[in-house]
Amino acid sequence: MARTRRIKDQHAEGRVFMRRTVIAGGVVALCFAILIGRLTYLQVMRYDYFADLSQGNRIRIEPIPPNRGLILDRNGVALATNQPTYQLELIREQVPDVDMTLKGLVDIGLLQPDDIARLHRVIRARRSFEAIPVRLQLTEEELARFAVRRQDFPGVEIQPRLTRFYPAGGSAVHALGYVAAISEEDKAKIEEADYAGTTLIGKLGIEGTYETELHGKSGFQQILVNAQGRRVERLGLTVPELSRKEPTAGNDLLLTLDTRLQKVAEAALGTNRGAVVALDPSNGDVLALASTPAFDPNVFTRGLAVGEYNALVTDVDRPLLNRALRGTYPPGSTVKPLFALAALEYGVVTPEQTHFCAGRWSSPGYGRVRRDWKPEGHGTVNMRKAIATSCDVYFFDIARLMGIDRMASFVSKFGLGNPTGIDIDGERSGIVPSTEWKKRAYRQKEQQIWFPGDTISVGIGQGQMLVTPLQLASAISTVASRGKRFQPRLVKGIRDAITGQTRELAPTALPPAVLADPAGWEIAIGGMIDVANAPYGTARGAAAKSPYLIAGKSGTAQVFSVASNERIRKAGELAERLRDHALFVAFAPADAPMPKIVVAIIVENAPGGGSAFAAPIARKLLDAYLLTPEELAAQEAKRTPAPVATSRGD
Amino acid sequence: MSANFDSSTHRTLTLTARLLSALHLDGPLFAGLLAICAAGLGIIYSAAGEDLGMFVRQGGRVVLALAALIAFAQVPPRFLRMIAPWLYGLGLVLLLIVMGVGDIGKGAQRWLDLGIVRFQPAEIMKIAMPLFCAWYLHERPLPPSFLSVVVLGVAIAVPTAIIMEQPDLGTAMLVAVSGALVILLAGLQFRYIFGVGALVVGSVPILWNFFMHDYQRQRVLTFLNPQSDPLGSGYHIIQSQIAIGSGGVFGKGYMNGSQAQLEFLPERSTDFIFAVIGEEWGLIGLTTLLLMYLFVIARGLYMAATAQDTFARLVAGSLSATFFVYVFVNTGMVTGLLPVVGVPLPLVSYGGTSMVTLMAGFGILMAVHTRRSLRSREL
Repeated sequence: MARTRRIKDQHAEGRVFMRRTVIAGGVVALCFAILIGRLTYLQVMRYDYFADLSQGNRIRIEPIPPNRGLILDRNGVALATNQPTYQLELIREQVPDVDMTLKGLVDIGLLQPDDIARLHRVIRARRSFEAIPVRLQLTEEELARFAVRRQDFPGVEIQPRLTRFYPAGGSAVHALGYVAAISEEDKAKIEEADYAGTTLIGKLGIEGTYETELHGKSGFQQILVNAQGRRVERLGLTVPELSRKEPTAGNDLLLTLDTRLQKVAEAALGTNRGAVVALDPSNGDVLALASTPAFDPNVFTRGLAVGEYNALVTDVDRPLLNRALRGTYPPGSTVKPLFALAALEYGVVTPEQTHFCAGRWSSPGYGRVRRDWKPEGHGTVNMRKAIATSCDVYFFDIARLMGIDRMASFVSKFGLGNPTGIDIDGERSGIVPSTEWKKRAYRQKEQQIWFPGDTISVGIGQGQMLVTPLQLASAISTVASRGKRFQPRLVKGIRDAITGQTRELAPTALPPAVLADPAGWEIAIGGMIDVANAPYGTARGAAAKSPYLIAGKSGTAQVFSVASNERIRKAGELAERLRDHALFVAFAPADAPMPKIVVAIIVENAPGGGSAFAAPIARKLLDAYLLTPEELAAQEAKRTPAPVATSRGD
Repeated sequence: MSANFDSSTHRTLTLTARLLSALHLDGPLFAGLLAICAAGLGIIYSAAGEDLGMFVRQGGRVVLALAALIAFAQVPPRFLRMIAPWLYGLGLVLLLIVMGVGDIGKGAQRWLDLGIVRFQPAEIMKIAMPLFCAWYLHERPLPPSFLSVVVLGVAIAVPTAIIMEQPDLGTAMLVAVSGALVILLAGLQFRYIFGVGALVVGSVPILWNFFMHDYQRQRVLTFLNPQSDPLGSGYHIIQSQIAIGSGGVFGKGYMNGSQAQLEFLPERSTDFIFAVIGEEWGLIGLTTLLLMYLFVIARGLYMAATAQDTFARLVAGSLSATFFVYVFVNTGMVTGLLPVVGVPLPLVSYGGTSMVTLMAGFGILMAVHTRRSLRSREL
């Protein structure tokens, strides 16, 4: 076709334009049809799918942690309660940048730089929609500081929570234990669903052992959240129906402890390292369980800084050690009444058979010459007086006559060498040496040989014999009750959180210690009465002007080495750490067929280096438990300057 | 009674018709636009989370946009044709100025600050482009010659490229489309159409590699597979489909859309407002809205078809079809049919500039239409 100048043809152009417009209209109609088709697909065919997604978008399931059960003493005094506090929680899936967020919290002083690595580990280990507490127990000032910058921290929220609180601080902490952040090891032991939302778990003591009773079960509630994950109350104009399952609160525990007695025990131990156990011999109730130095369990609920925790762990006085259950000490002379009973049981002596004590003892084949604690000796003693004067020579001799295995098997019937079975974990068994034990304890043949001289040391509670204060109290309780044995217990009742009903727990009786001749009990008890009351008793001052009859037994445990704690290097402190441990066991009223209270006291490296330090503590405990407040006041008045006269040593 | 009522109604209708005709307004189109704007205002109130301030501001913009419509309706088409090249030139110059010293707004260089008024020169181009193309073709014989197509191709490509660089892919596309539609409606031979189509397809790799911003590439990739980045760029698409889908046939009820009210849906009062409607009013609401749009577009095309000269036809056809592209690109994006391109839902999305431009365009459409008889007498 030739290139000619075309002439504008309005009519033809109009037709073309009309055609094009119709095409355009067709395209428009087609596109609208596609759109409507797409909408039908989304809103009709896939409605259920998208409705579910939208539901999941706005509804989140939030756990409601249960209220932890209270711990009350035998008189209803609260030992562990719950206190409202505020904590900072982080939900990972809502945090745009976890690292920046944590750094930001450090910048405003709510976290320590040391916390970051630990929190990263914790955050990684938890599921992304879980609320992870990053900071517990915010102060008012910290709350305010966070509140003004809340916008900078999406996914981080302040949550009011009930936190464990111990009103008496470190008092009875070793019995109660404490609660702290749930560790990875803890997570293996618990049912995760029951713990949803819970941040603290019981560690040690009652809190640890009775965790399942105390904790309860978490509940759940659906909450409405916006895209930032913040909880909102309404959706546009409506408040939607949300489901909720209430948590089951933990049960309250009623303890056997007597707070008043506990405080007396702790005050009496003062700044010394030591332990006190008080038992009710009629049922095994632990009336007091003290171990010093103690620590404040409240610091664990707020979360300890690494430094603080290290300070507790490395403290040379080992405040975390529960000396009452885990401290093992040579019983010293406190075990003598048991060996006296053993001697009667095996018939190696009669109660009236006398020994002459010249202050030294030796026998062929039994090694070196042994000295009595009293250099000039005790003269002629029968069994009762041997106990009262704590005559070593007498006990060397009966040990020789019995032999180690018979001694061991007899005291084992009183629970020594085995855990007492108290209802909290961590108890140690101590050592009751025997030929059998030595074979088990040592690998090398030459070390497994039992030397006769070893028997003689054990006869006065030394050598390799080790007991815990709890075992000692329990064994003496068996003596005091003439053979009755109970598992020591700290919990005597459980109050159901839902019904409010208290279920009393029956004491757990153990097979009694039976003597062939029950008269033996009176000899041993008589000797212990004389310890506190006879003019020659080793603790004759302990019962001075007492309105009830006290039986007791003193003991001294020699400290052979301080290898257990090599950090102690300073000379002055070394001397202090080499001082003997003072022991005292006592019960009263001693003339009752079933005394009301038994106490065992150990003071490590006691000032003055002997049992003189421990006996007055026992007296204070007995007074506190047995006397009425008026009697106690009168007692205090009378006691004033009179020094408690005890002989030095055993 | 009934007679009285009828007569008073009749009187009102007559008055309205007279007023409309005096203002050079097209009754059906004007009513359709008003209906969409009214629906839009209602939706804004909900989508903005009951923010009365936003509602009032948007209401102000509607009034402003209607004023623009009425103002442009008064402009005689001949005058428009006369100033078309100058308007195009002005738009181009302003675009170049913005490119040089543009004020940074929303992270992109597209605003020009004139002291009190801040506006986007690209908006002028939306009007100037179809006017210019129609002006260029109206004297020349149609279908357009090869040379005309090349000239117009350049005239379209230059401002489009500048706007794309701002970067504002949505507006660039609309500007290009408004020009291209003029050429198409003018009767561009199908061989050119397919040729250009092939050229576009062929240039995709070049555009992809050399002209597209990373975020634009990401949008396309995300469109192809939104689940690849559910919390990043796929988030918009996924959340808007959840909003629409969960609305079902009848919707969750006004102000009860959880996706929108709880802020799961991003840009809920601007680009993604269509999803809010879908969630709260369901398929019924969306279909109703689409039918309103369809009515406006159909009326526009009808007005184009009945126009009496080439310039009027081309302008009217282009403006109507561009409005359709506007609607389809937005709704297609929100429903997941098209990639995410920042185009608001016309007349409904929160924001003023595009609404004023659109209404000005409809004003021109009405100006062209209502002067038909006048023009034919003149001819």
